[in-house]
Amino acid sequence: MNSAQIEIQLIASVVAIACAIPGTFLVLRKMAMISDAISHSILPGIVLGFFITHNLNSPLLILLAALTGIITVVLVEYIQKTGLVKEDTAIGLVFPALFSIGVIMIAKNANDVHLDVDAVLLGELAFAPFDRLLINGTDFGPKSLWIIGTILLITVTLLIAFFKELKVSTFDKGLAASLGFSPAIIHYGLMSVASVTTVGAFDAVGAILVVALMIAPAATAYLLTTDLKKMLLLAIIFGVFGAISGYWFAHWLDASISGSITTMLGLLFLTVYLFAPNKGLISVMYREKQQRIEVSLLTFLLHLKNHSEESERHVNHLNEHINWQKVRSKVVLELALKNNMIHIDNEIVSLTEKGNKFTTQAIDYIITNEDAQIEHMKDDFFLFRG
Amino acid sequence: MDLQEYFSLVFSDYTLRTITLGTAILGAVTGMLGSFAVLRKQSLLGDAISHAALPGIAIAFLITGAKDSNTLLLGALISGLIGTFWIRGIISKTHLKSDTALGLILSLFFGFGMLLLTYIQKQPNANQAGLDKYLFGQAATLVESDVWLMAIVTGICLFVLLLFWKEFKLLLFDEDYTKTLGFNTKFIDILITTFIVLAIVLGLQTVGVVLMSAMLLAPAAAARQWTNSLSVMVMLAAIFGAFSGVVGTAISASQNNLSTGPVIVLVASVFVMFSFIFSPSRGLLFKQIRFIKNRRDLELHKTLAFMHNIAETHEDISHPHTIKILNNFQGFTRKTLQKLVDLDYVILNSNMWSLTEKGFKTASNLYSQPSEDE
Repeated sequence: MNSAQIEIQLIASVVAIACAIPGTFLVLRKMAMISDAISHSILPGIVLGFFITHNLNSPLLILLAALTGIITVVLVEYIQKTGLVKEDTAIGLVFPALFSIGVIMIAKNANDVHLDVDAVLLGELAFAPFDRLLINGTDFGPKSLWIIGTILLITVTLLIAFFKELKVSTFDKGLAASLGFSPAIIHYGLMSVASVTTVGAFDAVGAILVVALMIAPAATAYLLTTDLKKMLLLAIIFGVFGAISGYWFAHWLDASISGSITTMLGLLFLTVYLFAPNKGLISVMYREKQQRIEVSLLTFLLHLKNHSEESERHVNHLNEHINWQKVRSKVVLELALKNNMIHIDNEIVSLTEKGNKFTTQAIDYIITNEDAQIEHMKDDFFLFRG
Repeated sequence: MDLQEYFSLVFSDYTLRTITLGTAILGAVTGMLGSFAVLRKQSLLGDAISHAALPGIAIAFLITGAKDSNTLLLGALISGLIGTFWIRGIISKTHLKSDTALGLILSLFFGFGMLLLTYIQKQPNANQAGLDKYLFGQAATLVESDVWLMAIVTGICLFVLLLFWKEFKLLLFDEDYTKTLGFNTKFIDILITTFIVLAIVLGLQTVGVVLMSAMLLAPAAAARQWTNSLSVMVMLAAIFGAFSGVVGTAISASQNNLSTGPVIVLVASVFVMFSFIFSPSRGLLFKQIRFIKNRRDLELHKTLAFMHNIAETHEDISHPHTIKILNNFQGFTRKTLQKLVDLDYVILNSNMWSLTEKGFKTASNLYSQPSEDE
């Protein structure tokens, strides 16, 4: 590993951390698409800033571009407030228009602007180490590392200072307002941080990757935990993992680093999406299947409880009467036998003591909906876990 | 070339005619299907799908090694559909919300597509140049066969739309009711989503991945402001879309260095802005005018009621009072007083006012029968 490689990985990791923090809150506040809108609509701000400063790394350009990001948010909210269109349509209307203006501005001034739309959207991390910060001839490392590092520092300071406020206003706006924190200030503060981060990162990794780095680690973490602090930490870890593994993947494939970081984040999300212990696809489908069987079991037990006459409880009759497919009735019967809820005598099915008690309790629960009584049943049955 | 020249050339010049026709058809079909996307609150789905289509284009190229636009579009269609159904899966099976699912699929698929595109560019294959036109679109690369493809797809779209009109409409406004009527909502849902994906994929070559969502949304959002009827809205959206296509092409052809996609999007945005402001029933301008008028009416009524209260204390209702006593009253202005005189409710006599018979009657009926004085 040479120093340029280390620097690239360092920049990518710092960007990942800087994105994961606002990203977590955007995901929790159901505003993930705003980051997509911001990442597109900063383009006119960048172009305008470039006309003025002629330097992609100037702080003025970053401020101007971040301002366009905030203008996007304000415009979207204004359109939403008029009620003329549904909420998400407002986002979809604003950012393409601003982006188009940016593209046209670049196209009309192609001779003066050495700025590429591709570069803004996609970035090129591989070149980041070549643009170095030189003060009096001393080399202080890559410029983009300094920029994104400063942004990260500000973000972390704000996060620590306003953690409580952010937490309360994210989960309970009404409570936050009644406690005296203005939800509007927190909201626009978060939007400003998201804008500044997007702008600061576009040079290194491109606007689209910023969206991926904001949403994907946070969404992946959200599938694994519901604790805010843990979620933040997991999102940061996932982001850094994506950044470093993505770099080596790109190195091996000789392709775009930002594309490959996104791909690694995608694979990570896919894995968690499928295999997460409680909220993963496989465990959700398993739970749904179990619940379906347990509903059948309960119906079956109820039928037995309601009919004391033997003809109603004969195995053949049950098959016809409840009209389940063979396989399913077998599964249900086995489940009931396994739990000692029924016994079969001469092809006559009857409830055991335990089965009788269980059925009564289950019915009580369904009627009264009181959680406490069935606490012990939750361990054995998915049905009662809500 | 200026605009006049453009219009004289549009029927004779092959390239101009093809592009104009292509963008017009594209605008019409996206406007039509976009109406459904907008009304179903799936506005941003278009954005996600268009980004999700990128890896499909790259994979189709990697497999076939050819740049035939039909196979590339087929790849885009497949990967767009995969993206769409994955979004559905995330929303229905996990607790992640729709915006997270959209942003996730959008950025992840796009990033993966970029990875493949850069990988392709490093391949020793002279054929690969020009794949990136799908990023921002290049209407200039449209040829007649592309336009034919668009026309055929639009035709099929129109046919299916008319065939399933009732079902689409029902599903749009009351999904549960549709289910109870025995329609297969899943099938209708998949049908309309597939057509939306198809329309988006068709537009990729012309407007590009990034701006495609606006083509879907803008005409529909503009059309929505002018009508409350679905059929009128779909037709209006198609017209707006086609019109933005033609005007956008005309403007970009008449200037140097202007790519067509962004200009079309801006023209469509102007349509939206115009509709937002000037639509008679929903527009902001008329809403504001109605708001001011209502406030004036209210002030008028308040003044009248106040006068009525004073007049009531006297035996003779037309007993004159000074204007001064009205001065501290909120609803009162010179204008409202003048208006009351014009309406024959009040008689002014130098600095004194008195209620007329008619004014007194109106005032006493003001709150009991509000419909009368409108």
